[in-house]
Amino acid sequence: MEQVIMNQLGYPILSTVIFLPVLGALLILLSRRSWEMLTKWLAMATSIATFLLSIPLFTNFDKSTHKMQFAEKHTWIPDWNINYFLGVDGISVLFVLLSTLTAILCVLISWESIKTKVKEFYIAILLTTSFMIGVFCSLDFFLFYLFWEAMLIPMFLIIGVWGGPNRIYAAIKFFLYTLVGSVLMLVGIIFLYLYSDRTFNILDLMTKTYPYNMQLWLFWAFFAAFAVKVPMWPVHTWLPDAHTEAPTAGSVILAAVLIKMGAYGFLRFSLPLFPEASKAMTPVMLTLSVIAIIYGAVICLAQTDLKRLIAYSSVSHMGFVTLGIFALNIQGLEGGILQMLNHGVVTGALFLSVGIVYDRTHTRKIADYGGLASVMPVYAAFFMVFTLASIGLPATNGFIGEFLILLGGFTASKLAGVLASTGIIIGAGYMLWLYQRVFFMDINKKVMGLPDMDVRETITLIPMLFLVLWIGVYPNSFLGFFHASVQHLLERVNMGGVQEANVAKAIMEVIR
Amino acid sequence: MNFQLPDITPMMPELLMTALALIVLLLDLLIKKKEIIALVTMAGVGLVALFLFGPPGVTFGNMFVSDGYSTFFKLIFFINVILTVLISIKYIAIERVNYGEYYSLILFSTIGMMIMASAGDLIVLYLGLELMALSTYVLAGFIRHDLKSNEAALKYFLLGAFSSAFLLYGISIVYGLTGTTDLRAIAAFINERGLDENFSLLLSVIFLTVAFGFKIAVAPFHMWAPDVYEGAPTSITAFMSVGPKAAGFAVLGRVFMIAFVSVKVDWVAILIPISILTMAIGNIVALSQTNIKRMLAYSSIAHAGYALLGVITANNEGLASVMNYLMIYAFMNIGAFAVIIMLRSEGFKGESIYDYEGLSKTHPLAAVLMLIFMFSLTGIPPTAGFIGKLYIFMSAINAGYTWLVVIAVIFSAISAYFYLRVVIYMYMREPKETVVLTTSFSNGVALGITTVAVLFIGILPSFLLDLARAAVKGF
Repeated sequence: MEQVIMNQLGYPILSTVIFLPVLGALLILLSRRSWEMLTKWLAMATSIATFLLSIPLFTNFDKSTHKMQFAEKHTWIPDWNINYFLGVDGISVLFVLLSTLTAILCVLISWESIKTKVKEFYIAILLTTSFMIGVFCSLDFFLFYLFWEAMLIPMFLIIGVWGGPNRIYAAIKFFLYTLVGSVLMLVGIIFLYLYSDRTFNILDLMTKTYPYNMQLWLFWAFFAAFAVKVPMWPVHTWLPDAHTEAPTAGSVILAAVLIKMGAYGFLRFSLPLFPEASKAMTPVMLTLSVIAIIYGAVICLAQTDLKRLIAYSSVSHMGFVTLGIFALNIQGLEGGILQMLNHGVVTGALFLSVGIVYDRTHTRKIADYGGLASVMPVYAAFFMVFTLASIGLPATNGFIGEFLILLGGFTASKLAGVLASTGIIIGAGYMLWLYQRVFFMDINKKVMGLPDMDVRETITLIPMLFLVLWIGVYPNSFLGFFHASVQHLLERVNMGGVQEANVAKAIMEVIR
Repeated sequence: MNFQLPDITPMMPELLMTALALIVLLLDLLIKKKEIIALVTMAGVGLVALFLFGPPGVTFGNMFVSDGYSTFFKLIFFINVILTVLISIKYIAIERVNYGEYYSLILFSTIGMMIMASAGDLIVLYLGLELMALSTYVLAGFIRHDLKSNEAALKYFLLGAFSSAFLLYGISIVYGLTGTTDLRAIAAFINERGLDENFSLLLSVIFLTVAFGFKIAVAPFHMWAPDVYEGAPTSITAFMSVGPKAAGFAVLGRVFMIAFVSVKVDWVAILIPISILTMAIGNIVALSQTNIKRMLAYSSIAHAGYALLGVITANNEGLASVMNYLMIYAFMNIGAFAVIIMLRSEGFKGESIYDYEGLSKTHPLAAVLMLIFMFSLTGIPPTAGFIGKLYIFMSAINAGYTWLVVIAVIFSAISAYFYLRVVIYMYMREPKETVVLTTSFSNGVALGITTVAVLFIGILPSFLLDLARAAVKGF
């Protein structure tokens, strides 16, 4: 038990946070169908309780160590040496919090807009939340895979049942893409399991070294699962459809948490398990990242659909994340992780915002909007902040993340850094242009006389606004979380990483 | 002359089962209410099950073997009988074939399967196989007034008889070569004389593969399955997709792993392409089916392909994974049929997948259950289907067939499409006409058992894994 700090709080906090939503879902299942209000309040109460219970993870987290914290371990399936093994480190802890926060916002934003099969909807949202948290906490590959795959079921239903006109196509595409990737990873997991004397324990697996050839094969097997989830170019095509057709809550979950799992997978598994293969594949990964950044951004310029535009901007922004990760230096990695959070907050907020006007107009066409700034001024102000954060304006969170990633990117490869920064320029272009078309210009007849945001909607956006500014002004309170873990990861990937980390530390001091 | 009666304790379950089948047959003459016969059948099977776990033993001069391996398969058969009877009670009344023979035929077929699982000799094997097959032919055509059912029975019979001929031919070659039909004696003889390279032996292996391949419905011997599965009474489709398939795997495992163990290389080389072809045909053709029974027929073909991976490993772990898989398959497949059977009502077939449109709105509970079974058949955790596949894949990769597993997982991802299609129709389409469900207490019990089993095994599989591993110990 050297690598982990067993649960320091005295009660199994991770299990509580994972299974509370399941409990809530069960209660909703048992409640009467006609009492929709009860269903909604149950969902709300569960998600708020889950969030509150996850706060000790933030306040009691020991930032000085890379070890897994709040760990729990119980024997589960002895025949296969499988344990129920949970724990979080600096890389994963913030995503647990992001998931629990997202759950509340999803319930809030769906309050009025989901009118059919209300019971099933909230059950699906809560189950997705539970499985997502599970993915970030699992330290046993079997458990991880269980959550990773199980999540597909409620997500598939959320897109397919409550989505837009083309929802069935989008749902199937989402399911099949991710499933093909996942099963290939499963083969990799089994191979790893058998190779290392039948253990699924992720921490034990990380202490071993594997032959280079095997690393290469497994790297690609895992790549199949993670690249689809991120999504990296060229396997990104499910994302625009899924994002666009999903109901607002579905888009938010996808954007804020679900696609982070791919990048998280690279960080948690690919880099430490297959360090040599990761290093060897860096050029390929950087190239794919740069293509995603530029391609995603250029495609955005041509979009006529609000949600589709934001979806493609996700492809571009996630390109930054993978660029940062595979820069394989401390700035890149920390920037990548921070940018994952940022993207979750900002894109989540953008989808929430789009959902708010969509509930009023039921159109996603950019051409159907115009002059919203004078119709819904408060809304316009919120949207402005999120737009600027998405562009990466200083004092918003986007700036910090992108800056660190570019710093790391330049260190790794000058060309990649230069090319990636063009993505930021195009990014400013399409986002500002979008803002202009939607909020300025003449008032479109279709948006004439729309009411501004009500209290519920404002409450939904405020946490995101708060996070945008908090991370933007004082990133240290978040960077501090993953510093130790990232350094440890780099040491594992790179024996020279220790030295590099010191240089990086000096640079970090300057930034701070 | 010292004549000794053979020890009958090892075959107690078979004897009792035969007695039960005869009692049920007689009761049919006395009792008008056929539900009582169904109850007697289930209670009887439950009682016989108590005798299953007796000490292992061999009798009739090694012809009949009772060991962990056979007991595990018999457990599958018993579960199969009970679940089938549960889903049949109401259904055969709707089909207007509510006759008592139905239950005794199911029992006789099961006795055949039990004998197959316990066969230590090729002749006994043939005996069991024919008993099982003949009973099943009749059951497939049980709806006398339905042409499709008649067609199914006839087709099944003709092709089944053909495959039996292959079996007999294979057996006779083995006998001609080795002078015995005892499995262990065959193995010893092959070993002793160094017959590994013998062409006739290879020929008999091929003939036996064809015969067994027919029973477990693997490509290219699968042609009968879709028509028979579609035409047979739905309850019997459920019965056939589990029982005879499991029995086929039981004899496949025993004959190949014991009698032909020294020609492992040959039969593995034959089974690998068969397995790939089976997964390909099963999964790809299923994509275009609109009749749900036909779709599940192709799905059942595909599942035989996955299960073959376990046999291909040619070791005990692989066999255990196949047995584990078949047990799980019994629960999830019969569970799915228990939902399908509810859609059949007076004057309404309910076999088209379009009949499932909007089922979640009209019958949310049935839709959720179907959803669970469909995801389990796809192999998505946390359902039992995932555990089954994982074990098979693990043993196959451990035996060095990683590339084969990669093919299998790709096909299993393809299979997601046609299982999901049912979910899509249920959840993402609006109901066109109101489908009336035929609910009954017994069918509800079957659904309860299968759902609990699928979820329980999916989350806590230890019990079943222990059982399967213990069953192959010392095989």
